[in-house]
Amino acid sequence: MDALRADLSVPLRSFPVELELEVRAETLALVGPSGAGKTTVLRAIAGLLRPARGLVALGAETWFDGRVDVPPEGRRVGLVFQEFALFPHLTVRQNVAFGGKQRRRLDGAQERRFRLGRHRSGNQRADELLARLGIRRLASARPSELSGGERQRVALARALARDPGVLLLDEPLGALDPHTRGQVRAELREQLGRLGLPTMLVTHDYADAAALADRVGVIVDGRIVQLGTPAELLAAPASPFVAEFTGVNLLVGTARPAPDGLTEIELADGTRVRSADRLEGRVGVVVYPWDVAIARAAPDDSAQNHVRARISAIVPLGNRARVTLGPLTAEVTEASAERLALRPGETVVASFKATAARLTPLA
Amino acid sequence: MRALFAAAAAVGLAFFVLPVAAIFLEIAPDDLVGRMGDPVVRDALTVTLKTSAVAQALILGIGTPAAYFLASRRFRGRSLLLTLVELPIVLPPAVAGIGLLAAFGRLGLFPTSIPFTQLAVVLAVCLVAGPLYLRQAIASFEAVDRTLVEAARTLGARPARVFARVALPLAAPGLGAGAALSFARGVGEFGATIMFAGSLQGLTQTLPLAVYSEFDRDFELALAIGGLLVAVSALVLLAVKLLVPWTRFAPTFPFLSAPSPSS
Repeated sequence: MDALRADLSVPLRSFPVELELEVRAETLALVGPSGAGKTTVLRAIAGLLRPARGLVALGAETWFDGRVDVPPEGRRVGLVFQEFALFPHLTVRQNVAFGGKQRRRLDGAQERRFRLGRHRSGNQRADELLARLGIRRLASARPSELSGGERQRVALARALARDPGVLLLDEPLGALDPHTRGQVRAELREQLGRLGLPTMLVTHDYADAAALADRVGVIVDGRIVQLGTPAELLAAPASPFVAEFTGVNLLVGTARPAPDGLTEIELADGTRVRSADRLEGRVGVVVYPWDVAIARAAPDDSAQNHVRARISAIVPLGNRARVTLGPLTAEVTEASAERLALRPGETVVASFKATAARLTPLA
Repeated sequence: MRALFAAAAAVGLAFFVLPVAAIFLEIAPDDLVGRMGDPVVRDALTVTLKTSAVAQALILGIGTPAAYFLASRRFRGRSLLLTLVELPIVLPPAVAGIGLLAAFGRLGLFPTSIPFTQLAVVLAVCLVAGPLYLRQAIASFEAVDRTLVEAARTLGARPARVFARVALPLAAPGLGAGAALSFARGVGEFGATIMFAGSLQGLTQTLPLAVYSEFDRDFELALAIGGLLVAVSALVLLAVKLLVPWTRFAPTFPFLSAPSPSS
């Protein structure tokens, strides 16, 4: 399987997009806020946008290098657009067959088969793809008759119809309502896993990125600020921004050894927290929200860290609730939140163990 | 206050409808149908259908790819070019006629023997009716979602295939409406035709020219031809309204108001 290499420089109105990536047979997610240049990256790889300079190549095939600029129709790219961009005047089968009709450069044996008429027709191949994605029964429907999840699968089938060497997905779950999102996410993950193509997707939702991708790159103002596995990003976010995006707590402070063998970190506001990790100097303290407990009064327990703070927000998440208090976010069950009768504006105590405070060096 | 507005609407509408109604009140339906066999009518109808067909073929054949090009490219001077395209729409037809003579007349810029032939009728119709189609076609192609065009390209479609399979079918209703409008305008063409092609029965005399040449000789015949033209116009208008079903009150000349390609 050929790897996709992209080394791009695209000037945008407020900042340039500058990044270098290599995607093997894996799924790489670029995640970042709207307007960070995520879609620009996909468009440049697909050939819909010409970078100022750089390189786009799939294996030995160069698609762009300043002198060479292969038009989109000549690049083996499957691009799934954000709103899916299905052709409204064609049926599902015709939509999918659209991508499979043009003849690729055939080798000798393929050429003979083609002449003998033993090649599969566009419609047959479309039906196969539809069957693979479990939507064979929709073949004669028009896009306007489909649900969001069904459109997504048709768009994926269509992108696969031309046998792409690389698959690009722009906000693959963005056009779906929250209700179908979870299910489609699971399906998409399974499909991407089976395809084994170099796949790149962009999303503004870290949860989607973490669920779908093997590696995640956080992109801000056109630059990748951190690239790693979802677990790596959670464990050691490189900046408060990355932490905020992944939803973990990152407290920045100065660490020095404490007499009892632990590490004491003094935060900017003077609060001291303790960690079992050994590190000195400027550090980030990573605390997962689900490791933070909330109590009305400081409990007499094994936790080394107790932070008294006012609740600024409570966001329900299914059967859990996300409670923001001071510099921390805690995730507690809905039941616990109700039992403690937590309300915004109240002052409570957040506790976490020194072993749940992981240190990561900051530049 | 409301009565005043209603009265204004009533007077306006009555004034628009009266002349058309008068044609059918002044001549009995039997006579109208009977006069269709008159050689003047038959000659004029033949000339009109022949020249309109050729002119429409030219307008659609050249106008469609030209409109697609102008709709999908951005270049310096594009707005100026689009304004030039619209100029003949507001130009008095008599000016178009004298212009054609100045360009292709025997003493014109490019001397030819075209004036006072059927080709002259075709050219006059193209000049006056073509821009109507062109403007509508540009707006229709501009209204095609760019993402669909880009999707087609990433699916391996070369520009010709993108045009034939995506842009053309999606713009088709608008193109049809534009074609109907330019056809109606072409059939009714008078000023430029009479100046550049004359009014020779059986050669260059179209239906509107026949109305003019008959009205002081045989008023009833002129009325009958008028009735025929009303029927043609009504059919075209109906076709336009059916082709553009998604607009409740589609202005038949949208380009004279602000164009809204996205709606």
